[in-house]
Amino acid sequence: MKRVWLVVLLSICAGACGSDDPERLVVSAASSMTEALEKCAPRFGDADDAEVRLSFAGSDELAAQIRQGAKVDVYAAANTRLPDELHADDLLTQPVEFATNEFVLAVPKDSDIDSIEDLTRERTPLVVGSESVPIGAYTRETLARLPSDQEKAILANVRSNEPDVKGIVGKLTQGAADAGFVYMTDATAAGGALKAIELPAKLQPQVTYGAGVVSKADQPKLAQRFVEGLTDGDCAGALEDAGFGPAP
Amino acid sequence: MTRRAWFSALLVVCLAAALTFLTLPVVAIFVDSTPGDLIASLGEPGALDALWLSLKATAASIAIILVVGTPAAYLLATRSFPGRAIVVTLIELPLVLPPAVAGIALLASVGPSGVLGGAIDAAGIELSFATAGVVVALTFVASPFYVRQAVAAFAAVDRSLLDASRTLGASEAHAFLRIMIPVALPGLAAGTALALGRALGEFGATLMFAGSFQGITQTVPLAIYDRFSTDFDSALALSAVLVAVSAAILLSVKLVRGGEALGIAPR
Repeated sequence: MKRVWLVVLLSICAGACGSDDPERLVVSAASSMTEALEKCAPRFGDADDAEVRLSFAGSDELAAQIRQGAKVDVYAAANTRLPDELHADDLLTQPVEFATNEFVLAVPKDSDIDSIEDLTRERTPLVVGSESVPIGAYTRETLARLPSDQEKAILANVRSNEPDVKGIVGKLTQGAADAGFVYMTDATAAGGALKAIELPAKLQPQVTYGAGVVSKADQPKLAQRFVEGLTDGDCAGALEDAGFGPAP
Repeated sequence: MTRRAWFSALLVVCLAAALTFLTLPVVAIFVDSTPGDLIASLGEPGALDALWLSLKATAASIAIILVVGTPAAYLLATRSFPGRAIVVTLIELPLVLPPAVAGIALLASVGPSGVLGGAIDAAGIELSFATAGVVVALTFVASPFYVRQAVAAFAAVDRSLLDASRTLGASEAHAFLRIMIPVALPGLAAGTALALGRALGEFGATLMFAGSFQGITQTVPLAIYDRFSTDFDSALALSAVLVAVSAAILLSVKLVRGGEALGIAPR
């Protein structure tokens, strides 16, 4: 009987009694930064004797989680609009711009598509981001700058609205779609599987990444250092290596 | 207190904890918004498209599961053959597969670059970004729920019924249709309901394998995820519909089998 009690107590305790870990920093970051931050975050943690937990998803989903009260310390998005909105609602400190990316058309490496105009051809299955995620918003912004008949023809070829940029890359590398709009860094991260087609300057949206410390952060000081490190530190270097541009 | 009283108290505390933990999130869906709000959010065309698509795709997948799964389950329940245990295990495997694994498995097998991708493409069948792909994903994840339950239902039928009909000259096909299915019907209905519930809720495999497009591949769970960041009210409304439908399915099973059906339900 005593042993049963011990087991019960232990199992309750396993859930409730958290041990005194080193400080834990929770970073919610846009999917497009996965490869870069996975490289630098552990080093940041080692230097500060902290454990960095990375959570990647579409920037909009992460913002919604913060609005719902998720325990997050740092928010790093693939645009500046979402951090600005959180800041306006007092959920995030003044965001900083820390990197830029290039918005490109990605196609499988052996594709014969070589310009955005080729996407107007019928039966050219295209995957894009859903409207709420930054990559999807940039896509619609770019398409809106095309002549409206081209915009319509391209939108008619959209076969899937993915919740984040990784979903778009996956559909392309699996050969399900002929083309998709992603960030240059995603096309690069896919190894040789994808070919990035640069868009004419007049079509290019300004892709600027913004980050800030979540107002209810458990670790505000550590979070502040992490955000600063995105422009000047290990993570700045990792972002640069992954193909991100410096803050504007 | 006596030892026995302590133990009873422990049982009650655990049950109360389990009940609170399991019902609170579901109740919260309805607390945040009035029925009026819910209905208004459903008026949005995207939400109705998602509901209609979920209904169509689930119905198609359940039809396939019933037509193929019922005879397959009958065979497993009435014959013993070498390797039967392995076959049963393989059929049940998708029950315990994480949805993301199901998505990858479908891509690797019947996806465009999958093992059978070329053959499927040559046959002119489109699965990526098509409702047919959703049906494939739903069927893959939901069929084990039905087959497992159907095997149990057929196995529980008194064999003397079958033997008697055969003695009287009925063919096995006749006995299967006229005796086995009617007698096993409550069990088959329970299995159908479980498969229906699983198919309605499918998310990961559908997104990975078929994509997400309004009216074509965006089922209710995908529409909920799509709205979660921008329109939480609408996400709540769609969730409320799924809760209601799922509760109705569960209740109907309870009514059909007086509660005993779910006692032997998988997982």
